[in-house]
This record gives sequence, structure tokens and C-alpha cells, in this order.
Amino acid sequence: MPEPILNISKLEAFYGDFQALYGLDLTVDEGEVLAIIGANGAGKTTLLRSIAGLMRNGPDQIRYRNQPIGALRADQVAARGLALVPEGRQLFPSLSVEENLIIGGRVGRKGPWSLSKVYELFPILDERKHQASTSLSGGQQQMVAIGRALMSNPDLILFDEISLGLAPIIIKDIYDALPGIVGGGMSAVIVEQDVTKALAVSSRVYCLQDGRVSLEGASSTVSREDISRAYFGIE
Amino acid sequence: MEWINAILQGTLLGGLYALFAAGLSLIFGVMRLVNIAHGDLIVLAAYLGLTTTVMLGLHPLVALIVVVPAMAGIGYVLQRAVLNQTLGDDILPPLLVTFGLSVIIQNALLEGYSADPQKLDAGALETASIALGPLAVGVLPLLTFAIAVAVVAGLQWTFYRTALGRAFRAVSDNQDIAQLMGLNKRHVFGQAMALALAVTAVAGLLLGIRTSFDPSIGGGRLIFGFEAVIIGGLGNLWGTLAGGIILGVAQTLGAAINPGWQLLAGHLAFLIVLAVRPNGLFPRISG
Ligand SMILES: Nc1ncnc2c1ncn2[C@@H]1O[C@H](COP(=O)(O)OP(=O)(O)OP(=O)(O)O)[C@@H](O)[C@H]1O
Ligand SMILES: [Mg+2]
Repeated sequence: MPEPILNISKLEAFYGDFQALYGLDLTVDEGEVLAIIGANGAGKTTLLRSIAGLMRNGPDQIRYRNQPIGALRADQVAARGLALVPEGRQLFPSLSVEENLIIGGRVGRKGPWSLSKVYELFPILDERKHQASTSLSGGQQQMVAIGRALMSNPDLILFDEISLGLAPIIIKDIYDALPGIVGGGMSAVIVEQDVTKALAVSSRVYCLQDGRVSLEGASSTVSREDISRAYFGIE
Repeated sequence: MEWINAILQGTLLGGLYALFAAGLSLIFGVMRLVNIAHGDLIVLAAYLGLTTTVMLGLHPLVALIVVVPAMAGIGYVLQRAVLNQTLGDDILPPLLVTFGLSVIIQNALLEGYSADPQKLDAGALETASIALGPLAVGVLPLLTFAIAVAVVAGLQWTFYRTALGRAFRAVSDNQDIAQLMGLNKRHVFGQAMALALAVTAVAGLLLGIRTSFDPSIGGGRLIFGFEAVIIGGLGNLWGTLAGGIILGVAQTLGAAINPGWQLLAGHLAFLIVLAVRPNGLFPRISG
């Protein structure tokens, strides 16, 4: 039985008066790739933002390596070895490609990832390193966003819709790079709209619906019918 | 010849205005905070310089080694203890709080130093001049201008070549994502305010050597700094220097026509630039 690296219990999240997550329970096991699927507005991004420290939660609602991190700031969470590849990439427009990567390494954690490793994974970034990050194509920007997260040498990396708005061939490139990323024992949570893709790369899957977990199971055994029911809430 | 002299004097004066403006520009750039108390902080620095020179018997320029770190420290604490609490989606709280801060600083200075005009004594430096062809140029204005160029160059280098500058730009771009990179934005804002007030310390001492000052003059320095920033274009430090020069030249040219027109001419130049180029002459080229 692998130890959970992340333990979420009864997580609630709010935007002002609006409640986005309702008592959500979820675990990520050490070294696994966990997929999270769900319709638009189900709360996937809110969940990842909560884990990363961008939302205020109760301390014990999120436990990382058995430590309460729910109430920590994002910079404190990052220092403990969690990294988020945010939805929509969100590179720093005032920073060059290389500066975006360097700032990702600011946390200063030791590990296999460095500028040269990221350039090895995505050689195109080496060629473009002095350009403004905004001058890159969407796929290249996504590579920077992934590289930026890797630079902190996280133990748990969260991907929020890394294929959003990208051409299929680019999506394939990026997913092809995934085993090289998570193969080293890193745990990963992948939020993905493309259910087939999500199931293919993960060992377990959660489906969210209106801020609640509507399905949880092993990616290899969940049935299509269960998923569509969990996705859309059609009985 | 009189005109050339006026332009030269105005250019050098512009260096001082750029020093007033640089901190303002830096703070706005990093945290979108318009610091109404900026002028009063310049005056506070001048008074700290006064106390330092009187108590330690130092030359005002040597007093920089005391006043610059002191102002930087004040900046960091002020930001962490007060100003960070006011930053958010609403732009009104920081305006109100820095306005209140301006009133507090003025009153504290009145209490501590009285309303009597004071001056920093820089000795022979104040009257020394060098001949530039037929023109006599004061060493102090020349030095002020050189310091302004050095400060702007230094800030520019910090902004674009150091880890601190990278943090400033990242936080300015996107506070949440910067936080994900392990940057504590409250600390980064504190560092930015510390740097801005370090520049303010230089500006305050040079102001105090150049003219007499009293607790009430902060507002006027804020306006000059503000105008220099807007003329030059927000977020461009070299533009701020250019803005300071344009303001200084407009003022000395106005004064050359009629001594009463000095300030008016400066404000006119500001209004004309604002009317023709609302984003200033050299706005930051955003990607
Ligand atoms: N900043 C915000 N302010 C108010 N409500 C928000 C905000 N962000 C998200 N929401 C709401 O919270 C709910 C969950 O949003 P969230 O972005 O987490 O969904 P998601 O599953 O990531 O959706 P998508 O697939 O579109 O990315 C939605 O109803 C959304 O409208
Ligand atoms: Mg989302």
C-alpha cells in the first residue's frame, strides 16, 4: 500500500459568497499520476489553486506528507515541493523565456532539474531562450510553463489543462514528454478535458461535478458509462 | 546665450526632478501604488540629513551613508507594516492611507523641527563652478545630474539584470503566479519600497543642499516627480529622466521669460505632453 503524498479532506473553497468546492476528499499516492476530469466549472482549477496555496483553506483540509498545508501561502507551499503549471500557462510577459525558467528555480530545492535539463527536454526553448515569452507559440509557451514548474524540483506537480488551446500534434509532443518528467518518482496531478488522454496517462482518476467528487477509480477499469454519468450528472 | 544657459540649467535641474520621480515610478511599476506621501518622504530624508550633519558633523554628501540605509529601512517597515495591508483590487485605500501618511509626516516634522526653513551646508561645493566655454556651470547642479544618471542607470540595471529586478518584474506581471515561484509578494513589495526610499534619500539630501526646505514643501516635490514620470511615460526609467529634463527646461525657460512663470511653464509643458501623448513620450513597450 503506497503512502499518500497528498491528503485532502472535506475541502471547501469560496469566491466571495460563491462556494466552488463542497467537502471534497481526495488522495494522491506517492509516485502516481492522478487524473482529474470534469465539465467546465466543475471546480478543477479551484482544487489545484487550493492545493498550491492560492486559495485560503483550513490548515487540515490539505495535508502534504502528513503536514497541514491548507492555510499556507503559495510561496510556502512551493518551498515544500509542490509546483503548479497553471491553466492558460500564465508566463511572465516582462521576463524572457530563460528568465521565466530561472525564476521557477528560485525556490532553491535540490533535484534533477536545471536549466540544461529543461533545454534537453524541450530543445526549442534553448534556441528561443532570449526571446520575450510572449513571442512564442502556444505550445512553446506551455513548454516554458512546464519547465518553469520543473525548475523548482517539485515532488508533486500539478498540471492544469496543459493541452488547452493547442494543436493535436503539439499536444502529442507535450504528452510524449510526460514520462520523462514523472518517471523520476515525481507524483503528478493532471487536470485534463480529454478523457481518453487523461485515462491513458494516469493510474487513477477522479471526476468532479459541481464542486464534488462524482467518481473515483482506477483509470484502467472505470467504464465509459460511469464517466459520462459522473461528468454530466445524467441518471 | 541667455537661452542656452537657461536650457543648460534646466537640464541639470531635471536631474533632481528625475530623482524625485524615480522612486515614485518604481513603486507604481512594481505594485501599482501611487504614493501621495512621496514628496514628504523626500523632505523627511532632507531632515534626517540635517540631523545627521549636525549631530555627526558630516558633510551632507557623506551623510548619505547614514540616510540612505535609514530611509531604506523606513521604507521596508512602512511597506510591511502599513502599505501592504492597503493593496488590493480597490485603488482607493492606498491613496487614502498615503495621503494620511503625508499629513502625519508633515506634522511630525513640524513638531520636531518647527516651521523654520532649514538648509544643508555643503560648504564650498555650493558655490563652486566650472567654466564651460562662456558659460559658468555650478558644480553642484552638475554633480546632481551625474548622480541622477547614475541612479537611473543603477535602477535600470537592477530591474533588468538582477534576481531582485526579476522578482520585481514577476510580481508586477502577476502576483499570484509570482507567489507560486516562491516569492513572497509582501517581502518583494517591501524591498521595492526600500529601494525607492533609498533613492528618495539621495533626492532629499541634494534638495536640501540646493535650496532651503521646511515641512510644508513635500507636496510641490510630489507634483514635480509626478509630472516627470507622466511626461516620460509610466514604467520607463530613462523616460523618467527625460521627463525630468523636459520639466526642468520648461521651468527655466519660463523663468527666463518672466521670473514669475517658472512653475507655470513646467505645468504647461506637462499639460501639453499629456494632451498630445496621453501615455507620455516614452511609454514602456509592452510585449
Ligand atoms: N475568480 C472567480 N470568481 C468567482 N467565481 C469563480 C472564480 N473562478 C472560478 N469561479 C467559479 O467557480 C466554479 C469552479 O471554477 P473552476 O475554474 O475551478 O472550474 P474548472 O473545473 O477549472 O473549469 P474549466 O474546465 O472551465 O477550467 C465555477 O462555477 C466558476 O464560475
Ligand atoms: Mg479550469
